[in-house]
Amino acid sequence: MKRDAGFKHFSLTVVWSWLFLFALLPFSLVVIASWLSHHADHFVSLPFTVDNYRALNNLIYLHIFERSFVVAGIATMGCLLLGYPFAYCLARIQGVRKAVLIMLIMIPFWTSSLIRSYALIAILKARGILNSVLLGLGVIHQPLSILFTHEAVIIGLIYNLLPFMVLPILTNVERLDNRLIDAARDLGANRLTVFRKIIIPLTMPGILAGCILVFLPAMTLFYISDILGGAKSILLGNLIQNQFLITQHWPLGSAMSVMLTAVLAVLIALYAWKTRGSKNREWMA
Amino acid sequence: MTQKSLAATAYLSLMYVFLYLPIIVLVLYSFNNAQYSLVWKGFTWDWYRALFENSSLWVATYHSLLLGAAAATVATGIGVLAAVSLYRYRFFGRQFLNGLIFILILSPEIVTGAALLILFTLICLPLGFLSLLISHITFCLPFVIVVAYSRLVSFDKNIFEAAKDLGASEGVIFGRIIFPLLWPALFSAWLLSFTLSLDDVIISYFVAGPEFQILPLQIYAMVRSGIKPEINALCSVLFFITLFFVLLSQLVLRKKA
Repeated sequence: MKRDAGFKHFSLTVVWSWLFLFALLPFSLVVIASWLSHHADHFVSLPFTVDNYRALNNLIYLHIFERSFVVAGIATMGCLLLGYPFAYCLARIQGVRKAVLIMLIMIPFWTSSLIRSYALIAILKARGILNSVLLGLGVIHQPLSILFTHEAVIIGLIYNLLPFMVLPILTNVERLDNRLIDAARDLGANRLTVFRKIIIPLTMPGILAGCILVFLPAMTLFYISDILGGAKSILLGNLIQNQFLITQHWPLGSAMSVMLTAVLAVLIALYAWKTRGSKNREWMA
Repeated sequence: MTQKSLAATAYLSLMYVFLYLPIIVLVLYSFNNAQYSLVWKGFTWDWYRALFENSSLWVATYHSLLLGAAAATVATGIGVLAAVSLYRYRFFGRQFLNGLIFILILSPEIVTGAALLILFTLICLPLGFLSLLISHITFCLPFVIVVAYSRLVSFDKNIFEAAKDLGASEGVIFGRIIFPLLWPALFSAWLLSFTLSLDDVIISYFVAGPEFQILPLQIYAMVRSGIKPEINALCSVLFFITLFFVLLSQLVLRKKA
């Protein structure tokens, strides 16, 4: 038995060292930095202070926090409204066609969202495809100015994050026991009741997982609001990035990061609590 | 019934158009013989030729490929050890390790980027290839672990027990049984890590120094300034490169599944 310990020790040492040095330590440093003072040369310095957290209680920051929440919330709702029927229709398809269609959702999942956001510009800009089509159809008479607004950012987020909503819901819809639906119909429930009382509750873990997987990145994908929203739409991600790379106020940036992580942790804890005991708990798509 | 399935087909088609139209338009315009016009002015290779002659892009591409290959290789190596340890061994802090991987997956990229920037500054590691490499390995690692672990779970545990009974050491079990069985999943994880590294903007934005140029950050800079018409061509090229790797990885993963 003793000679076997070599491989196990080697594996555990490598894995632990890496995760300790480059995951646990850096995350701890953010928390520590958020309690330190700002220093022009060394980025951070003693003494410990709560000023960074106090500074967050500032109308400008609160406004950006609120706006990021609203934008991410709308994007999440948009993804849910588009993605739920998407997953539902997809689950009804069988065979090779389904494999291909799922593959087609996976591709945007892995390819650069920077490139896909950039591609949206040609669609959304004043003399872009969308306006040309709408003008041509006579739906509108003046080009809509969508690019460089919050709407453009929301469209960009939905466009980029839709697969994160569809995939977990799809897994849940596929596991749906059709006998339950048949039984409900036999007992006289109409379509709406079946949907509300059976299908929605049974796919709830997928819905919640999808919402979290969309909401988390939607708060912080700074390059989407940067490219599509222009200077006006600063979101939390842009704000944190500015603190670290432009104004170089690391303690303040760290405090914002800690706040953001805390909010997200609460959401994840809520998810874990809501889906406790459920077999359909699904993290990775 | 047919009406219902017709509606479903129509909806699905619409969604796929939404997902793919911008990319198709992007690729088409990379061949348009006009700088910014929406109108089709004829086919041209000019933008690809401009890319080809842009030496700084070649350097950035070389850097990105090198970084991606190195990060994917190390991440796959560490990731397989982590997945096998989590699967086969009971050890002190196993739950904690699980939790750490979970945190790494869920923590916003921007926080990971900032955290690594603080670490590198503290240990006086100059920003450049090494800082990027460490960061990319770190964010690829959880993906490798998830892919490898989910494949390990699908194996028959008796195989390992049998090997053990016949006197194989842990190292032999890993080298002669686990690795040969796992390699399609590992190859797939490698390819996915490679594409993740090739596409990453947020974390790289924090930990890339001014000297070591990489492709996604150059694209980001070009997109922000928005003056170069060959961006369309560059984006199309990168899109097809990652598409190739993603399809390849899925093919490998599915063949053995």
